[in-house]
Amino acid sequence: MAMANVDKGEIMDQVKQQIAVANAQELLNQMTQKCFKKCVNKPGTSLDSSEQKCISMCMDRFMDSWNLISRTYGQRLQREQSKF
Amino acid sequence: MSEFENLSGNDKELQEFLMIEKQKAQVNAQIHEFNEICWEKCIGKPSTKLDHATETCLSNCVDRFIDTSLLITQRFAQMLQKRGGGDL
Repeated sequence: MAMANVDKGEIMDQVKQQIAVANAQELLNQMTQKCFKKCVNKPGTSLDSSEQKCISMCMDRFMDSWNLISRTYGQRLQREQSKF
Repeated sequence: MSEFENLSGNDKELQEFLMIEKQKAQVNAQIHEFNEICWEKCIGKPSTKLDHATETCLSNCVDRFIDTSLLITQRFAQMLQKRGGGDL
Protein backbone atom coordinates (compact mmCIF):
# COMPACT_ATOMS: atom_id res chain seq x y z
CA MET A 1 0.00 0.00 0.00
CA ALA A 2 2.64 2.43 1.08
CA MET A 3 4.74 1.68 -2.00
CA ALA A 4 1.97 2.59 -4.39
CA ASN A 5 1.76 5.98 -2.76
CA VAL A 6 5.39 6.77 -3.28
CA ASP A 7 5.73 9.54 -5.78
CA LYS A 8 7.03 8.30 -9.12
CA GLY A 9 9.32 11.28 -9.46
CA GLU A 10 10.82 10.39 -6.14
CA ILE A 11 11.63 6.87 -7.33
CA MET A 12 13.24 8.26 -10.46
CA ASP A 13 15.33 10.69 -8.47
CA GLN A 14 16.46 7.94 -6.14
CA VAL A 15 17.45 5.67 -9.01
CA LYS A 16 19.42 8.47 -10.64
CA GLN A 17 21.13 9.28 -7.38
CA GLN A 18 22.09 5.69 -6.67
CA ILE A 19 23.56 5.34 -10.15
CA ALA A 20 25.54 8.55 -9.71
CA VAL A 21 26.93 7.32 -6.37
CA ALA A 22 27.90 3.93 -7.84
CA ASN A 23 29.60 5.72 -10.71
CA ALA A 24 31.59 7.99 -8.45
CA GLN A 25 32.65 4.99 -6.36
CA GLU A 26 33.89 3.12 -9.41
CA LEU A 27 35.81 6.18 -10.58
CA LEU A 28 37.35 6.67 -7.14
CA ASN A 29 38.36 3.01 -6.85
CA GLN A 30 40.01 2.88 -10.24
CA MET A 31 41.71 6.23 -9.79
CA THR A 32 43.18 5.13 -6.46
CA GLN A 33 44.45 1.86 -7.89
CA LYS A 34 45.94 3.37 -11.05
CA CYS A 35 47.55 6.38 -9.36
CA PHE A 36 48.96 4.33 -6.49
CA LYS A 37 50.55 2.08 -9.06
CA LYS A 38 51.97 5.00 -11.06
CA CYS A 39 53.10 7.25 -8.23
CA VAL A 40 54.06 5.19 -5.18
CA ASN A 41 56.91 2.99 -6.34
CA LYS A 42 58.52 2.22 -3.02
CA PRO A 43 56.10 2.90 -0.17
CA GLY A 44 57.97 4.81 2.53
CA THR A 45 56.96 6.01 5.98
CA SER A 46 54.78 8.75 4.48
CA LEU A 47 53.74 10.11 1.09
CA ASP A 48 56.47 12.55 0.16
CA SER A 49 55.77 15.75 -1.71
CA SER A 50 56.80 14.40 -5.09
CA GLU A 51 54.46 11.46 -4.64
CA GLN A 52 51.64 13.79 -3.66
CA LYS A 53 52.31 15.97 -6.68
CA CYS A 54 52.33 12.90 -8.91
CA ILE A 55 49.04 11.71 -7.42
CA SER A 56 47.25 14.96 -8.05
CA MET A 57 48.51 15.13 -11.62
CA CYS A 58 47.56 11.51 -12.09
CA MET A 59 44.01 12.23 -10.91
CA ASP A 60 43.64 15.06 -13.41
CA ARG A 61 45.04 12.96 -16.25
CA PHE A 62 42.79 10.08 -15.24
CA MET A 63 39.75 12.32 -15.68
CA ASP A 64 41.12 13.63 -19.00
CA SER A 65 41.52 10.06 -20.16
CA TRP A 66 38.03 9.09 -18.97
CA ASN A 67 36.46 12.01 -20.80
CA LEU A 68 38.40 11.39 -24.01
CA ILE A 69 37.46 7.73 -23.99
CA SER A 70 33.84 8.57 -23.32
CA ARG A 71 33.83 10.86 -26.38
CA THR A 72 35.61 8.30 -28.58
CA TYR A 73 33.20 5.55 -27.55
CA GLY A 74 30.21 7.82 -28.14
CA GLN A 75 31.43 8.59 -31.66
CA ARG A 76 31.99 4.88 -32.35
CA LEU A 77 28.48 4.01 -31.15
CA GLN A 78 27.06 6.63 -33.49
CA ARG A 79 29.08 5.31 -36.42
CA GLU A 80 28.02 1.73 -35.73
CA GLN A 81 24.37 2.73 -35.46
CA SER A 82 24.41 4.60 -38.75
CA LYS A 83 25.48 1.38 -40.50
CA PHE A 84 22.07 -0.13 -39.99
CA MET B 1 4.82 -5.42 -2.25
CA SER B 2 2.37 -6.40 -4.98
CA GLU B 3 1.41 -2.77 -5.27
CA PHE B 4 4.97 -1.99 -6.13
CA GLU B 5 5.07 -4.71 -8.76
CA ASN B 6 1.93 -3.31 -10.28
CA LEU B 7 3.43 0.10 -10.30
CA SER B 8 6.57 -1.00 -12.09
CA GLY B 9 4.78 -3.52 -14.27
CA ASN B 10 2.11 -1.25 -15.59
CA ASP B 11 3.62 2.15 -15.48
CA LYS B 12 4.98 2.76 -18.93
CA GLU B 13 6.74 5.95 -18.08
CA LEU B 14 8.60 4.36 -15.19
CA GLN B 15 9.49 1.29 -17.24
CA GLU B 16 10.90 3.42 -20.00
CA PHE B 17 12.82 5.50 -17.53
CA LEU B 18 14.39 2.40 -15.98
CA MET B 19 15.28 0.97 -19.38
CA ILE B 20 17.06 4.16 -20.42
CA GLU B 21 18.88 4.45 -17.10
CA LYS B 22 19.98 0.84 -17.42
CA GLN B 23 21.36 1.48 -20.90
CA LYS B 24 23.18 4.56 -19.70
CA ALA B 25 24.68 2.58 -16.84
CA GLN B 26 25.85 -0.11 -19.27
CA VAL B 27 27.55 2.45 -21.51
CA ASN B 28 29.17 3.95 -18.43
CA ALA B 29 30.45 0.59 -17.23
CA GLN B 30 31.92 0.04 -20.68
CA ILE B 31 33.72 3.40 -20.53
CA HIS B 32 35.19 2.43 -17.15
CA GLU B 33 36.44 -0.82 -18.65
CA PHE B 34 37.99 0.88 -21.70
CA ASN B 35 39.63 3.46 -19.50
CA GLU B 36 41.13 0.76 -17.33
CA ILE B 37 42.56 -1.12 -20.31
CA CYS B 38 43.74 1.88 -22.32
CA TRP B 39 45.25 3.70 -19.35
CA GLU B 40 47.66 0.79 -18.95
CA LYS B 41 48.49 0.81 -22.66
CA CYS B 42 48.92 4.52 -23.22
CA ILE B 43 49.83 6.44 -20.09
CA GLY B 44 53.44 6.84 -18.96
CA LYS B 45 54.42 9.19 -16.17
CA PRO B 46 51.53 11.55 -15.36
CA SER B 47 52.41 15.08 -16.48
CA THR B 48 50.66 18.45 -16.60
CA LYS B 49 48.53 17.51 -19.57
CA LEU B 50 47.76 14.65 -21.93
CA ASP B 51 50.02 15.15 -24.91
CA HIS B 52 48.81 14.71 -28.45
CA ALA B 53 50.40 11.30 -28.91
CA THR B 54 48.76 9.99 -25.74
CA GLU B 55 45.37 11.30 -26.85
CA THR B 56 45.76 9.55 -30.19
CA CYS B 57 46.82 6.36 -28.42
CA LEU B 58 43.76 6.45 -26.15
CA SER B 59 41.23 6.92 -28.90
CA ASN B 60 42.92 4.36 -31.15
CA CYS B 61 42.96 1.97 -28.20
CA VAL B 62 39.18 2.20 -27.80
CA ASP B 63 38.48 1.72 -31.50
CA ARG B 64 40.96 -1.15 -31.92
CA PHE B 65 39.63 -2.87 -28.80
CA ILE B 66 36.12 -2.76 -30.28
CA ASP B 67 37.49 -4.00 -33.64
CA THR B 68 39.24 -6.85 -31.83
CA SER B 69 36.08 -7.75 -29.98
CA LEU B 70 34.06 -7.77 -33.22
CA LEU B 71 36.69 -9.79 -35.08
CA ILE B 72 37.01 -12.38 -32.35
CA THR B 73 33.25 -12.72 -32.04
CA GLN B 74 32.99 -13.27 -35.79
CA ARG B 75 35.86 -15.77 -35.95
CA PHE B 76 34.65 -17.57 -32.89
CA ALA B 77 31.25 -18.03 -34.52
CA GLN B 78 33.03 -19.48 -37.60
CA MET B 79 35.00 -21.85 -35.39
CA LEU B 80 31.79 -23.09 -33.87
CA GLN B 81 30.18 -23.54 -37.28
CA LYS B 82 33.13 -25.51 -38.64
CA ARG B 83 32.81 -27.89 -35.78
CA GLY B 84 29.25 -28.40 -36.88
CA GLY B 85 27.85 -26.60 -33.95
CA GLY B 86 28.86 -29.54 -31.80
CA ASP B 87 30.69 -29.34 -28.54
CA LEU B 88 33.92 -27.39 -28.14
